[in-house]
Amino acid sequence: MVYDSIDALTYCSESNPGSFNPQLDTSSTTADATAHQVYDRLLEFNPENGRIIPGLASSWLVSADGLTYTFQLRRGVKFHTTHYFTPNRNFNADDVIFSIDRWRSDKHPYHEIGGGVYPYFDSLGLYQKIKHVKRINGYRVEIALFAPDSSFLANLATDFAVILSAEYANLLMKDGRPSWLDKFPIGTGPYKFVNYRQNQFIRFIQNEEHFLPPSGPKQIVFDITLRSSLRMAKLITGECDAIAFPSQSDLSVIEERSDLKLLEKPGLNVGYWGFNTSKPPFDNPNVRQALALAVDKTSLIDAVYLGQAVRAKGLVPSASWAYESSGRELGYNPVRAKELLEQAGVPNNFSMDIWAMPVQRAYNPNAMKMAQLIKRYLADIGIEANIVTQDWNIFRQSLRSGIHDTVLIGWNADNGDPDNFYRPLLSCEAIPSGTNRTMWCNPEYDALVDQALLTDVVETRRQIYHQANSLIFNETPLMPIAHAFQYQATRAEISGLRINPYGGIRFENVSRTAKENLND
Amino acid sequence: MIRLCIRYLNLIVLTILALIGLSFLLPFLFPGDLLTNISGITPDSNQQREALERAFKLDKSLFSQFIHYLENLFAGNWGVSNRTQLDLFDEIALTFPATIELVVYASVVSVTIGIPLGFISGLKHHNPFDFSVVTFSIVAYSFPVFWLALIFITVFSLQLEWLPTSGRIDLLFEVPSVTGFILVDIWLSDIPNKGYAFKDALQHLILPTISVAIVTTALFVRFVRRSIMDVMEKEYIIAAKSRGFTQRQIFFKHGLKNAIIPILPILALQVSTLITNVMIVETIFSWPGIGKWLIEAIYQRDYPAIRMGMLIVSLFVMILTISTEFLTRAIDPARERGVNATL
Repeated sequence: MVYDSIDALTYCSESNPGSFNPQLDTSSTTADATAHQVYDRLLEFNPENGRIIPGLASSWLVSADGLTYTFQLRRGVKFHTTHYFTPNRNFNADDVIFSIDRWRSDKHPYHEIGGGVYPYFDSLGLYQKIKHVKRINGYRVEIALFAPDSSFLANLATDFAVILSAEYANLLMKDGRPSWLDKFPIGTGPYKFVNYRQNQFIRFIQNEEHFLPPSGPKQIVFDITLRSSLRMAKLITGECDAIAFPSQSDLSVIEERSDLKLLEKPGLNVGYWGFNTSKPPFDNPNVRQALALAVDKTSLIDAVYLGQAVRAKGLVPSASWAYESSGRELGYNPVRAKELLEQAGVPNNFSMDIWAMPVQRAYNPNAMKMAQLIKRYLADIGIEANIVTQDWNIFRQSLRSGIHDTVLIGWNADNGDPDNFYRPLLSCEAIPSGTNRTMWCNPEYDALVDQALLTDVVETRRQIYHQANSLIFNETPLMPIAHAFQYQATRAEISGLRINPYGGIRFENVSRTAKENLND
Repeated sequence: MIRLCIRYLNLIVLTILALIGLSFLLPFLFPGDLLTNISGITPDSNQQREALERAFKLDKSLFSQFIHYLENLFAGNWGVSNRTQLDLFDEIALTFPATIELVVYASVVSVTIGIPLGFISGLKHHNPFDFSVVTFSIVAYSFPVFWLALIFITVFSLQLEWLPTSGRIDLLFEVPSVTGFILVDIWLSDIPNKGYAFKDALQHLILPTISVAIVTTALFVRFVRRSIMDVMEKEYIIAAKSRGFTQRQIFFKHGLKNAIIPILPILALQVSTLITNVMIVETIFSWPGIGKWLIEAIYQRDYPAIRMGMLIVSLFVMILTISTEFLTRAIDPARERGVNATL
C-alpha cells in the first residue's frame, strides 16, 4: 500500500453516505462517496458539456422507432478484487441485467434487500417504461421501452444507474448475507472500497485494472467532517486536500489565501418564486406577470446569493444544452405591474402570502430574507404580503395540498437532461407527486415536454424546449430567479479536481504539484 | 490487612452491582420505545418485535430480565447501537483505548512537570521563581479546558500551521488496531514509512495532550508545593537541620516521602477530572475516543450506546478510585482516614 502523500488525497466530505449503492439513495453525499469511485455505468456524462459518452457500453444503437436500445458491452472489464471478494469472471451482460432488474422488477430476489425503494428510478416511473431487458449474447444487451423516451440514455448515465456484479450478488445470496451487496460494494470503477467507519472515514484504493488507464491518486480517503468550520480549519492546516460545501462566509477567506483555491461552477439548479395558479387571482397570467414585474431580480441576487449565483431567465441553467441565451424574461417595471393589476381588477391593498422555505439550499440560501425583500417591492405596487414559514416537512406537505399563494423554493436536477427540469417542475403529472409547486397544468406545455422526448435529435429537442420557454414566459407560472454556483475548495497544490455538475465528485484527473507534509 | 482487602473488595463489588443495576434501569427511564432503548433495533414487524421481546426476556419478570442483562454483559454481548447498528462491545473496544491513551499521556506530562515544579517552588518559596510558578498555576487552573483547546487550535494550527487540528493520525496511514494505543499499534504494525507515521501520530498528540495536561499540572504543582512547605516546617526536619544535614540530604531522606504520601490519593483522584477533561477535548480535536463517541450518541439519542458508554466509563473511574484508596491505605496504614492535602 502506498502512503506517499503525492499519491494520496484526503477529501473532507460533509456527511455519511446513506448506502454504498447509489441505486438506493439519491442524496449527493452517497453519490459523492460511491458513484464515480466504486462503480461505472453503461454510459457517462462528459463533465464538460453534458454529452453522453461510452462507459461500460462501448457503443449503442437505438432503433428507428426509438423503442429498442442495443448496447455493445466493453470486453475484458474486471470487477474489483478485494479482501472480501475475488471475481471469477469478467463483466458481461448478466451484470447489466442484474443491475437493472434489481430496481425494475419487484419479483427480483434482490429487489427487497435494502428496503425495496429505488428513489431515482421510482420518481421517474422508469420501471413502468421498460418492457424488457434481454441478453442477446454475453456482450450485447437489448432494452426495449413501451414508448420512445429521449431522456432514457441520460437516465442510464446518472449516478444512480450503476452496474453491480451479479456474480458477487449470487455468492452473497448463497451465503445468506445479501445485505453486504450495498455495504461492501464491488464494482468496476476506478477505486476499490477498503473500509468505512461512520463519522470518521471511508478509504478507497486505486483499481489498477480499470478499463481506462489508471490516473489520479493511488489512495483516497474521505475524512467525514460534519461541521463546515472544521472542514475549513482542516483545509487550512493541510489535513484536507479538498473540502465539500465550504460555507458562504468562508468563501472570501479562501479566495484571499494564496495556499487555497476555490472552485465554482453554475450548478444544475434553479431557485424560483412560484405562483399558485389554482387560486384566484393568481389564476390570471396578468396578475402573475405583474408580480414578477414588480420585483427587481438583480437586488435579490445581490442580497441573498451575495453574488454567488447567475440570474435565471428560464428553468435550465447555461450548463445545459437546452439553455436559451436569447430567452425573454420580465424585467423590473413597477409602473407596468400596477397597470396590469388594475386591468385584472386586483383591489388596492390586496393581501397575499409568500411562503419562504425554512432550510438553506444552494438555489436559495436565505428564502426568508428574499421574502422580506419581495414584500418591500410588493408594497410599492400596493400589495400587502405576509411571510409564511413552517417546519420543512410540514411546509412541503402544505405545498402539496396547494394552500399557499406564492412560494420561494427551487429545484436541483439529478441529470443533465433538460427533461429533468421541465417535467418535474411544471407538468400536470408532477402536481400529485409534489414537485410542481405552481399547480400549473397546461396541456399544451405537457404535449411539448412529451414531444421533446420522442426524438433524439438535439437541435429538434432544443427547438421544442424553446417553445416551452416562451409558453412559460407568456403564462408566468413562476418567476425564475437564479442558478446558484456550486462550490468546492482545495489546497492550491491540488490540480485537476473539477466540480461535476452531473453528479458525484470524481478524482481521476487529480494530481498534486508540490508535496509538503509527510516527506519533509 | 486481610480485613482491609475484604472491605475494599466488598466495596468494589457492591458499587459495581449498583452501577449495573442503575444502567439496567436506564432504558425504562429514557423516553421512547422500551424495546428499542434496550435492543437498539427498531422492529419492522410485529413478529420481529415479539422475537426481540422474547430474546430480551421482556415477557418475563423484572428479575429474570436483570439476570439476563447480567449474563449478556459478562458475555460481551452488549447489543447494538441505535444509530449505526454496530456492535457496542466492538465500538467501545475501539474508542475506549483512545481515551485511555490520552489520559495516560496527559498524566505522564502532569506528573513529570507538575511534581518537580511543585517541589522546587515549595522548597524555595516566596522567591521570584516560586511567585511565577504560583501565578502560572493559578492562571492555568482557571482556564476552561475547551476554551484552551480552541485557543491552541487557533494559534498553533490555523495561524502558525504547525500542528494538525483533529484526529489521531493522518487517515492516509492505515494502522490496524491491536492494542488501541496508536503509538504502540504503529510499532506493532508492518506498514511502510513507520517513521513518518510515528511522527505524524506524535504531532496529532501534542495539542490534545497539552490542553488536558495543563490543568492537571497546575493542580499537581499546588498540591505538592503546599505539602512540601508543610513538611519542611515539621520538627523532625528542624531536628535534622540542627544535626547538620545538608538541604539536599534532608529533602531526599525526610522531605520527599513525607510530602508525597499524604497527597498521593489526591493526585490519583485527579484521574477522574482528567477523564472528564479528556472527553471534552476529544470532541474539540475529533479524537476518536469514547467521549466524542458518547457525545455523538447523546446528540442522536442513541440510548443503548449512552447506557453502555456511561456504564463503562463510570466503572473505570470507580475501580480506579477505589483501588488508589486501597493502595494508599495499604502503603500507609497508620494514616488517618479523611486527612487530605490542602491547596
